[in-house]
Amino acid sequence: MKPAPFAYRRPGTLAEAVSALAGEPDAKVLAGGQSLVPLLSMRLASPAMLVDINGIPDLDAIVVNDAGDAVEGDDGGVRVGALARHAAVLASPEVRRVQPLVPMALQHVAHATIRNRGTTVGSIVHADAAAEMPVVLALLGGSVEVEGPGGRRTIPAEELFLGPLQSSVAHDEIAVSAYVPGLAAGAGVAFDEIARRHGDYALVGAAALVEGDRVRVGYLSVGDVPTVVDLSGVADDELGEAALAHLDPPDDIHATAAYRAQLVRVLTTRVVRSARDMAEGL
Amino acid sequence: MTTKLMGQKVQRVEDQRFLRGQGRYVDDVAVERDLLHAAVLRSPHAHARIVDIDVADVLDVEGVHAVWTYEDLTGPMSEPLPLLIPHPDLTHGRTQYALAKDEVNYVGEAIAFVVADDRYVAEDAVDRIRVRYEPLPPVVGIDAARAADRLVHDDVPGNIGARMEQSVGDAPAAIKAAPHTLTLDLTVERSACTPLEGRGTVARWDPDLNRLQVWTSTQSSTGVRAVVAVKLGLDLGQVDVITPDVGGGFGVKINHPWPEELLVPLAARALGRTVKFTEDRREHFISSAHERGQVHHIEVGFDDDGRLLGLDVEFWHDHGAYTPYGLIVPIITSTQLLGPYKPQNYRVVFESLYTNTVMVTPYRGAGRPQGCYAMERTMDAIASYLGKDRTEVRSVNFIQPDEFPFDQGLIFQDGRELEYDSGDYPASLEKIKALVGWDEFPAFQAEMAAQGRHVGIGLACYVEGTGVGPYEGAHVHIETSGKVKVATGLTTQGQGHQTVFAQLVADELGCSFEDVEVVTGDTRRMPYAVGTFASRAAVMSGSAIHLAAKRAKEKVLKIAADALEAAPEDLEIVDGVVSVKGSPGSSIDLGTVSVLSNPLRYAFDEASKAATQFSVGDPGKPPVPEDEEPGLEGKDFYSPERATFASGMHAVIVETDPETAEIRILKYAVVHDCGHLINPMIVEGQIHGGVAQGVGGALYERMAYDESGQLLNASFMDFLMPYVTEVPDGIDIDHLETPSPLNPLGIKGAGEAGVIPSAAVFAAAIEDAERVGRPEFTVTAMPISPSELFALRQEHS
Repeated sequence: MKPAPFAYRRPGTLAEAVSALAGEPDAKVLAGGQSLVPLLSMRLASPAMLVDINGIPDLDAIVVNDAGDAVEGDDGGVRVGALARHAAVLASPEVRRVQPLVPMALQHVAHATIRNRGTTVGSIVHADAAAEMPVVLALLGGSVEVEGPGGRRTIPAEELFLGPLQSSVAHDEIAVSAYVPGLAAGAGVAFDEIARRHGDYALVGAAALVEGDRVRVGYLSVGDVPTVVDLSGVADDELGEAALAHLDPPDDIHATAAYRAQLVRVLTTRVVRSARDMAEGL
Repeated sequence: MTTKLMGQKVQRVEDQRFLRGQGRYVDDVAVERDLLHAAVLRSPHAHARIVDIDVADVLDVEGVHAVWTYEDLTGPMSEPLPLLIPHPDLTHGRTQYALAKDEVNYVGEAIAFVVADDRYVAEDAVDRIRVRYEPLPPVVGIDAARAADRLVHDDVPGNIGARMEQSVGDAPAAIKAAPHTLTLDLTVERSACTPLEGRGTVARWDPDLNRLQVWTSTQSSTGVRAVVAVKLGLDLGQVDVITPDVGGGFGVKINHPWPEELLVPLAARALGRTVKFTEDRREHFISSAHERGQVHHIEVGFDDDGRLLGLDVEFWHDHGAYTPYGLIVPIITSTQLLGPYKPQNYRVVFESLYTNTVMVTPYRGAGRPQGCYAMERTMDAIASYLGKDRTEVRSVNFIQPDEFPFDQGLIFQDGRELEYDSGDYPASLEKIKALVGWDEFPAFQAEMAAQGRHVGIGLACYVEGTGVGPYEGAHVHIETSGKVKVATGLTTQGQGHQTVFAQLVADELGCSFEDVEVVTGDTRRMPYAVGTFASRAAVMSGSAIHLAAKRAKEKVLKIAADALEAAPEDLEIVDGVVSVKGSPGSSIDLGTVSVLSNPLRYAFDEASKAATQFSVGDPGKPPVPEDEEPGLEGKDFYSPERATFASGMHAVIVETDPETAEIRILKYAVVHDCGHLINPMIVEGQIHGGVAQGVGGALYERMAYDESGQLLNASFMDFLMPYVTEVPDGIDIDHLETPSPLNPLGIKGAGEAGVIPSAAVFAAAIEDAERVGRPEFTVTAMPISPSELFALRQEHS
């Protein structure tokens, strides 16, 4: 469990980082390393170069705008820098106030030691369909800002997740920040998941967003990419089945597809109820 | 007056080191030296012929020093590894080679051994070895092994390594004549010890002394020493084996030698350099031992009270690709299955089967968890069939306190009669019922059911043969400083041996606890020893240390009596000072006695000066009289007639979620009887750890092999060892102390007990919870996950 040889760069600016990536087609970005380093150690990944962005200043910012600031959107929003650790985002009262779904989901991300090092943006662009934060981004209609040789561009969530561990961030681009809109007044959110052990990847997880009559639920661990299903207008006792019509939960050594389907039923009902309660101020 | 330490909750002396990160494990040995690191090429195939191995690319890698394959092994190293415990019924025992010869039989089998400047380079080099394989059809799982459409070893028909039968009375006839009969089919899957420290070995050849020094993470230093000497063609006296701190063994490190325990010394000698191998986690999963996989078929006959009339058990044991540890695990299942009960007529037959998977050696409990599961599920089934309370059915079958010693009429794992020395099972049952609230539970269950919640209770009883022979020894040396150095040869894996053994020495010798230092597992200090397994360390080495301390004390009293001009029987030793009872002014400390015991020409220290005021010995005799030795030492060995039998009962209350099938532990209770307790805190620690491991085995852990023999969960991400969040918040423990008549301290082993009843007790509790609304619900396969419980509900609906 020792990585194969690789070159290591620790640029001091974003421009240098982008140029390092551009110069080596087989380079990977190292941020928190909580997914990448185990892959290297198990030699499941053996990139020729690691570009460590931890030396780049100001990438750890967490910027929160309230509704009406009109900086990012009507309902305000949360912008998380590429080096902001899960723990810092989870601990931020401003983030919690403007978009409570973020901390609701983050508390399910692994364990404290991993959250201390792992980055929220890194987790999103790693594009693991079993991870919490990609689903949050997808459900809330957030986006990721990336910088590449051609400058900056914004990738909306619906264009970000291409397949298992595949995102539309190009090889020579670095995700600089992720943005999720704030929670509108009168809206509600909820998150729940079921894992074998505390902190494990969920067997199934679900996040709900209820805004008036509009009901949307995002799922993790049920497909190749984070999946959002529109359940607006569906009767309460049909939510689970309605969701399953759009989902194809997999079998693996921890759970059968039938069991995952059952968890989809249970969790869908739970998160929609809970988000609705929040929307109604209960 | 010194307080007796036996039975006290003495704080562990090990904890300061361990909790501050100052433990010293094999991987910490020799880090400062110019050492080389080894890595192993392991088979990616479960079953294949090796056509060709090409290592040409390897030696080009900068920093690579050597590579070995089977072709490079000579003499005894080219022979198969030893079959440690042969048995006449193991008619087709097979062991692997240190490096595979012609064929591989499991994913993970060692094929080539590379030594390089560091482990990174060694792994790079391993990646460059080219092996051509001719894949062979693999045999995975007990069903495939029994079907025998494919063979693991061409010369082992039916994949059957052994078939063994034992019986008492005539079980088939008794079952036929019984008023009631039941049949059960019960499965337990594979798991593994998974100590947090994997295997590891460091070796250094000293050309000046012409000796080999080996540090290894083992449960038997003396075993490794013997086999290294034999395999490398060295005299035993040229090999030292030292076992430093070990980060958990749980059985996997009693098997020896692991290939690397020979290859590292071989490389160290060949290269004249210190060489280290530290196993990584994936290697541990695919190349160290597993255990537990068994399928059981049980037929039982009983009367209206649930009294057993005949018990007929047939089971199939998956021993993996090789049988280095013989038949120990299935023999233990077949004998210890009986637990605290007397079945009157019993027959057991097992087949030990080859599969193309990692080999099986004992894992904490060693076949008992499966036996306990088979017996206790049978008890539950009888109670259910008769509509009786589960504890009543157990009660009528208990061996009674006045029936000890009780001979079960079978031969145990140590080749001796299965004769229980002592126990009080009815008293244990009363205690566990009170502790878990057995009689109050039905009301609680009904109350919860009314709220739509499903709770269930389970109970399981076990008897554990502990402290098996053949022997252990101890050496106690009182230095001139008054400090007491104790050596015993078996190894320690964090159990607290330094603490409990020091308690015993302090009690016997009258010295202070703080002055005692215990060394384990160092063949330079105690070359005669067996090892740490079978819950035997306290019984075996504890007894030996007690006896050795007694001998040292006799010598202390003899010399002190001479010095103080008193009779030995008039002396007492308190806090390291020998004095005449009732005359405290007349005294001599242990260090001074030590000086007097060794009539040197030279004086080195204050103790020597202090000794000048005393005069000992007969001036008319030599300074060291005949039949005496210089020095203040005691050495003794303890070798019992047979094992001593600890026992206990566990009970658990669980809640199963009606929607998600999640299983939550509400209460866990343990009553444990290991005879006299040396240190109740350490015994309780053993129980806590055992229960945690048992929760893992019952609800989380399994070896997920696919049909091709690939292990799909060879990491701690997918092998679900429970975290602290998954084990019960509190474990209620009550002790019973039924002393063993077999050893001077009246003690029994405690190391494995906590894990034995877990599969049984969780299966029972989950079944009980699920029977709220589904009276036919039956759990027959363990471990069980929420996904499996959900599937079982679908089957029952």
